[in-house]
Amino acid sequence: MSMHDSPNSRKISYLLAIREALQEEMRRDPAVVLFGEDVVRHGGGFGVSKNLWEEFGDRQVRNTPISENCMAGMALGAAMTGCRPVVEFMFMDFAALAIDQICNEAAKISYMYGGQASAPLVYRCPQGGLSMKSAGAHHSQSLEAWFTHIPGLKVVFPSTPYDAKGLLKTAIRDQNPVVFIEHKALYSLEGPVPDGEYVIPFGEADVKMAGSRATIVASGFMLHLALQAAEMLAKEGLDVEVIDPRSLKPLDEECIFGSVRKTHRAVLVQEACRTGGVAAEWGMRIEEECFDWLDAPVERVAGQDVPIPYARSLESRVWPTLDGIVQAVKKVCYFK
Amino acid sequence: MHEIRFFEETAGNLYRRGLLKGGVHACIGQEAAEVGISAHLRTDDFITSTHRGHGHHLAKGADPKRLMAELLGKETGYCKGRGGSMHVAAFEVGSLGAFPIVGAGVPSAVGAGFSIQQQGTDQVVVAYFGDGALGQGTVYEGMNLASIWKLPVIFACENNHYAVSSMMEDMVALKDIPAFAASLGFCGRRVNGQEILEVYQAAGEAVERARSGGGPTLLFLDTYRFEGHYFGEPEGYRSREEVQKARTEIDPIALFRAQLMESKVLTLEKAQEIEQAARATVAEALVFAETSPEPDPEEYGRFVYA
Repeated sequence: MSMHDSPNSRKISYLLAIREALQEEMRRDPAVVLFGEDVVRHGGGFGVSKNLWEEFGDRQVRNTPISENCMAGMALGAAMTGCRPVVEFMFMDFAALAIDQICNEAAKISYMYGGQASAPLVYRCPQGGLSMKSAGAHHSQSLEAWFTHIPGLKVVFPSTPYDAKGLLKTAIRDQNPVVFIEHKALYSLEGPVPDGEYVIPFGEADVKMAGSRATIVASGFMLHLALQAAEMLAKEGLDVEVIDPRSLKPLDEECIFGSVRKTHRAVLVQEACRTGGVAAEWGMRIEEECFDWLDAPVERVAGQDVPIPYARSLESRVWPTLDGIVQAVKKVCYFK
Repeated sequence: MHEIRFFEETAGNLYRRGLLKGGVHACIGQEAAEVGISAHLRTDDFITSTHRGHGHHLAKGADPKRLMAELLGKETGYCKGRGGSMHVAAFEVGSLGAFPIVGAGVPSAVGAGFSIQQQGTDQVVVAYFGDGALGQGTVYEGMNLASIWKLPVIFACENNHYAVSSMMEDMVALKDIPAFAASLGFCGRRVNGQEILEVYQAAGEAVERARSGGGPTLLFLDTYRFEGHYFGEPEGYRSREEVQKARTEIDPIALFRAQLMESKVLTLEKAQEIEQAARATVAEALVFAETSPEPDPEEYGRFVYA
């Protein structure tokens, strides 16, 4: 359903949309519990869970010690025994401490144990730079590709308040571990969200802007840069299609392939550093399935292969830019 | 204990005949620790286990047939051949699984403890781990969490003295178990893990405490593994004499049998009967496992997602 013309739409922030999803799911099902560092009075790292403890108490909202690996594994144990935990990592970077429990344990429980168990849980991971400027190497990374690589995990990455709320509700109801990525620069972004109940299925991309000359695929904050690029390109006569995969795993290949077969050109954008990222995976799949339709080599716009630096001059140099996306589209269109 | 012993010896024979693949870690010598604790557990209580987990599962009531079938990678195994010896689980009897990454089961045990608390039941969880896991920060994280939330978790550390080849004394600075646990706000006891009645008594107190809302306990069980780290391991780190001495002097089955016979609770005849019954159970399990089908290779993708 399109939200832009719904009579019941309100405008709320991405942050509030996430909080509403948590609140509604915790009301609907007392098995839904929230674990995280400072999630009680502080509302978590960015205030997402503010006021939830006041409503749900210790039974459903718990502050944890700074023990990311144990927190991730505790959620697994709770998920295997009747709870539906949501874990907040204060920063996605800190999930590195929990890779064992997320990737070795939670992701493999269903498979290793031959379907005896499932792990219905959500890892909420605020990631990316561009909002907290100069947060540096340990508070700015984009790490979605670490998790899309692991069989057994689902990975979603909303870019709008509407998508954030609908996808988080789906994540909480899913029987599998879901890495739910929130982009820190989007928390204050406002957008239309209906009053009533809705969910967004995984594996359904969203065409955020329709066009015919080239396809841009982008998630999170990059989606918004891509939309800006598309608007600029439209003024120069290039009308571009912008696709938001929304769920990175499962990936809506048909939507991406359909668009590329129509436009014959693809620009893939990721904020994460270049090597081994999701754009490489998208590009390979396009090569495998759409090669005969391509009129130009696929272009990738990505972060530099360096740790995120502190100094503003360096920091702004390593992230993908609006101009980088514009130039990449012009390149695949052989547009002078 | 006999059933576990014969199960492990049978697994050893299979390994030596080349019929059992992968790493197989036997708990021969450690049976009293597992049986003494499980004697207090109900089916709806939970355990988390380790790479050396066959005994934990059998003591908790797992079906030897399905366990053996899992070792042999058969479709009839607990995990339909997807897990194997090191990654087995038996949810029907409360095993949340073997976590062969050292110490990695502890967080799940704590999480199960949270569920129990949230649901308001009187179940308990036993987190088994070895002395080697005391090097893992996750184990400390789990103990800390269980203590601040007063969760019904029993931390059962089986000290078999060797983390692969590294001696506990060289790798773990911790000396005073009761003081360590007390500093974390709960009770800790060091127990002779070869004496089943001593384990039984200490575990009984721990389980009772957990059931009645008294929070976690650390049981540190001194034991010894009679086999190598895995079947076929060269064991260059300890002498044959040391192992032989342990087999002669601190075999938990022989010790318990002698005690029971001395106190006239058990006759030699009855002891042999128990032993034969266990042998028959394991033999039956082996036949079941050997005659079971392997998983269909085309089903390799099943169970990735629930």
